Amino acid sequence: MSDKRIFIKGNEAIAMGALAAGARCFFGYPITPQNDIPEFLSKAMPDAGGEFVQAESEVAAANMLLGAAACGIRAFTSSSSPGVSLKQEAISYMAGSELPGVIVNINRGGPGLGDIGPAQGDYFQAVKGGGHGDYRLLVLAPGTCQEAYDLMIESFDLAFKYRNPVMILGDAILGQMKEPVEPWKPEGINPEEGKDWALYGASDHSPRIIKSLFLGEGELAGQNQHLREKYEAMQVEARAESYLTEDAELVVCAYGSIGRIVKSAVRKLRANGKKVGLFRPITLYPFPSNELLELAKKGKRFLTTEHNLGQMVEDVRLAIRTVADSEFFGFMPGNLPTPDAFEEPILAALERK
Amino acid sequence: MKDELVFKRPEVMADVTMHYCPGCHHGVAHRLVAECLESMGLVEKAIAVCSIGCSVFLYNYLKLDSVEAPHGRAPAVATGVKRARPDNFVFTYQGDGDLASIGMAEIMHCANRGERVSVVFVNNTVYGMTGGQMAPTTLIGQKTTTCPGGRCRDREGAPIKMAEIIAGLGGVAYCARVAVDSVKNIVKAKKAIQKAFEVQTQGLGFGFVEVLATCPTNWRMTPVAANARIAEEMIPYFPLGEYKDVTKEGGTC
Repeated sequence: MSDKRIFIKGNEAIAMGALAAGARCFFGYPITPQNDIPEFLSKAMPDAGGEFVQAESEVAAANMLLGAAACGIRAFTSSSSPGVSLKQEAISYMAGSELPGVIVNINRGGPGLGDIGPAQGDYFQAVKGGGHGDYRLLVLAPGTCQEAYDLMIESFDLAFKYRNPVMILGDAILGQMKEPVEPWKPEGINPEEGKDWALYGASDHSPRIIKSLFLGEGELAGQNQHLREKYEAMQVEARAESYLTEDAELVVCAYGSIGRIVKSAVRKLRANGKKVGLFRPITLYPFPSNELLELAKKGKRFLTTEHNLGQMVEDVRLAIRTVADSEFFGFMPGNLPTPDAFEEPILAALERK
Repeated sequence: MKDELVFKRPEVMADVTMHYCPGCHHGVAHRLVAECLESMGLVEKAIAVCSIGCSVFLYNYLKLDSVEAPHGRAPAVATGVKRARPDNFVFTYQGDGDLASIGMAEIMHCANRGERVSVVFVNNTVYGMTGGQMAPTTLIGQKTTTCPGGRCRDREGAPIKMAEIIAGLGGVAYCARVAVDSVKNIVKAKKAIQKAFEVQTQGLGFGFVEVLATCPTNWRMTPVAANARIAEEMIPYFPLGEYKDVTKEGGTC
């Protein structure tokens, strides 16, 4: 990979970031607006010495990911909202079996078949579970094509560090938008990664069983306790971008593409002397609650804006509940947002006092 | 007189009591898989993909690297395993509810792609672990907890003949149906399993063996009567034999 800047779609940035991270298996299924990812990888993955499979369904693709992950191989799958619903079964099993793998969701409008445009309606599904049982994914929400590339690389490190599935939550704006991206390659990936737990035939270790079934008395409770401790340990990964929040009266909370559009609105309002700032969570799980609380303790007021009917706002309110509250502005899924669409609600919230 | 050991448990089988009911054929099928893995030198290379149902505990009985697949998804999981580790020997072990009902899409496409994996499909015409509900292979007239009046062709459709269906798919190198109700049939069953394993190790394609098996508990039969039912009722509807063998066709799939 050269160090020159290239002009690519967010979907391509995701695919290229994964290759740079050493991903060697991709399992996909066609669904708009993520098709650029499997299309790109159908050639690039074999060229890189890896395996590309167009599965018979998203159900199968996610279970292929489970199989490859059980072997300790860097592998991933991508889809869009309805397809990600179908992957939830395998995601739950992967979480229960503690398998590292990356799932990309290029969020489209819902519910149901919805549309093929951008939306953020899958926040709850990504962050709160989605599948059955108590589990958490690490959820990363890139706002630019460069960040999509970067976070894709990081997602594999996190997946293996915690032996946990990681979700990249983008949307149709991120996937379809073209921007300059500077490709880079991470330092050598540990060739021994996963060697102490992955399956490769019981040749030099006693037989290993990767499973999520725990029937013995107390076994499942023990597993859940173990998972809880893991999720607590993950909290150190919480991360957000703070833009002009230091002296802001009103902090606007937004993630992903919307966070980036709101940034433009904030910049424009600042030019007019309005004291507003942006808080953009980059990790949606773990949620950067502590940083938000610190802002709240400084007396800031909050407005959460999302491309849905109000999902992340619940986590914002939870984070600051002891000292502050957050207003909410929801831009309707099905409409294409512009910076102008957010200016008025931000101003209104600022002036309400 | 000197004692001579003429019969013993394959090393790869764990020395534990199985949870299977008296008269259940899973134990025999497990043993045949174990014997083939040992005779073919595959134990250290094998990765087993276990499915949902009575046989989920295969990983407690065969001392292999194993992964547990969601219900019906074993062929998809096996695809992922094999693509990730092409040098390993990969097989699934699935029941009829798992493979022929909820997992129909996964088995069909895994076979059609010609994934270099082997599938041992145990057909006992009933959902065992969940308590005896109707399976896709339940015979016409057979009573289960969800077809208490007996399976009716007009209402529930006909029992699915998987070996015939799988044999018709492009990527399949070997496909057979066997039974383990008699010594003669057990010998043939072992040969078929070995063949299904060989087409994988030789890189020829997908291998599939359907094993007709008993479920005395959910058939409400004694072990002896259940064993007799294989020849009396199952084999007439599910004929034994090799349905595809590319090694005899002089070419690969």
